[in-house]
Amino acid sequence: MGWFLKTFNYSVGKKLLMALTGFFLILFLCIHLFGNSFLYLGRDAFNNYVHFLNETDLVYIIRVIEIILVLGFAFHIWDGIRLWWQNRKARPVKYFVKTVDPKSTWTSRNMIYSALIIFVFLIIHLRNFWYEFKYGSIKETGATDYDIVVKTFQDPVYMIFYVVAMVFLFLHLHHGFQSAFQTLGINHKKYTPFIVWFGRVIAFVLSAGFASFPIYFFFFYGGN
Amino acid sequence: MSSKKLNLTLKVWRQAGPNEKGEFKTYYANNISTEASFLEMLDIVNEELEARGEDPIAYEHDCREGICGTCGMVINGRPHGPLQGITTCQLHMRHFKDGDVIYIEPFRAKAFPVIKDLVVDRSAFDKIIQAGGFISVNTGSAPEANSIPVKKENAELAMDAAACIGCGACVAACPNASAMLFVSAKVSHLALLPQGLPEREIRVQKMVAKMDELGFGNCSNVGACEAECPKEIKITNIARLNREFYRARFLSNVEE
Ligand code: HEM
Ligand code: SF4
Ligand code: FES
Repeated sequence: MGWFLKTFNYSVGKKLLMALTGFFLILFLCIHLFGNSFLYLGRDAFNNYVHFLNETDLVYIIRVIEIILVLGFAFHIWDGIRLWWQNRKARPVKYFVKTVDPKSTWTSRNMIYSALIIFVFLIIHLRNFWYEFKYGSIKETGATDYDIVVKTFQDPVYMIFYVVAMVFLFLHLHHGFQSAFQTLGINHKKYTPFIVWFGRVIAFVLSAGFASFPIYFFFFYGGN
Repeated sequence: MSSKKLNLTLKVWRQAGPNEKGEFKTYYANNISTEASFLEMLDIVNEELEARGEDPIAYEHDCREGICGTCGMVINGRPHGPLQGITTCQLHMRHFKDGDVIYIEPFRAKAFPVIKDLVVDRSAFDKIIQAGGFISVNTGSAPEANSIPVKKENAELAMDAAACIGCGACVAACPNASAMLFVSAKVSHLALLPQGLPEREIRVQKMVAKMDELGFGNCSNVGACEAECPKEIKITNIARLNREFYRARFLSNVEE
């Protein structure tokens, strides 16, 4: 076991952990987006979906998956901060002229900033939905999960914040998806162009998909 | 092409020693021929400084033909200057315009401390090589080159990787001051050849461990190294280094 854990203390091992947890989080986002799309099918469809996850026997599996998910986020965030901190320390004196070579992308050089915004979003997101669904006092007034979502998305400040956060998710994944393949050692003449292209598609579908809900409920939703 | 004369303003990082405080000083380089190389331009400035009894600008150089890798410096924010695929000594003044202001800084990395002015201590690279960048062979007369066949593709990939001159521009260009491109070039050219196989698993682990220990940053797959490398070493080598590392850690019994 010692050799296994030690692997993740090498720089390359740290990046391996980053890539594996990153892929896991992308997989989660795909499933999450699918689940959210029940919102477009109306109140009953969405409430039934939430009910199906939380109040049938499926709940035991869901709890286990939730724990893995929390660990996935925790390791990704911890590892990301650790890498960022070491990378900062590796150049104690900065350059005076900050011209960057024209070939590297802005997103790749600023992963920590897109990450921080996603992190802040995550906290607020959990407070607004996970907490409200479970413990929110609004439930006593008879509001369903669906109503909580609609009401939250109709707040202009939150709607804008949500959409902006999704722009940063796009930027994070724009670099992250193909970067994770490179980290895993997959850089191949035949496949890498497709991986880069597919990563951008994934980044767009996920971020635009999630952003579509607040936009829809703010601008186009006319009640039931 | 007829030569022209340039008048330039240089802002050069001057630092008397490793523990001294450095600062930018302004110098004027007048009447510089467009046919001069960048280092010749610095030589002209230095001659004037010496004539005035001032300390000349310290910079490293040796071969002046892009082979030795000593002449690295950051010119207007770009390691080895604004052109692709060349070292500082191969940069010529015809790429500058009359009246240009040129900022010249040393490579910046914790693992490359400044010795004086533009000269940095790159012995960290030597330590990485000592950790594993070698093969064990008997001394004596050179072995027959063609006794072990090597497939053409590998021979070419190994040759491309072996083109690395250890200049450190990849570290200088990387926002994380990571040495991954250098290490990947060294690991790759040995891993691709039969002569490198006996030490294959231990080599990659030792070199990565040494790189980490010396305070280089981690690779974020930014690709600035590839863009600035004078020998155009590709980051496909970094992917190969990663594969070699996982192979050694997960599929072999060799522990560093
Ligand atoms: C749903 C959310 C997220 C997903 C899907 C995601 C995905 C990814 C992926 C695929 C990578 C590329 C890994 C590699 O280069 O090998 C990555 C890198 C990174 N992530 Fe995330 N991430 C998410 C959230 C976060 C958060 C909240 C942080 C907070 C600290 C974070 C910090 C980072 C950093 C710093 C990197 C760059 C690491 C490096 O290359 O040096 N990420 N992410
Ligand atoms: S990889 Fe390129 S930039 Fe880095 S040390 Fe070798 S030749 Fe210089
Ligand atoms: S002086 Fe040798 S590479 Fe420039």
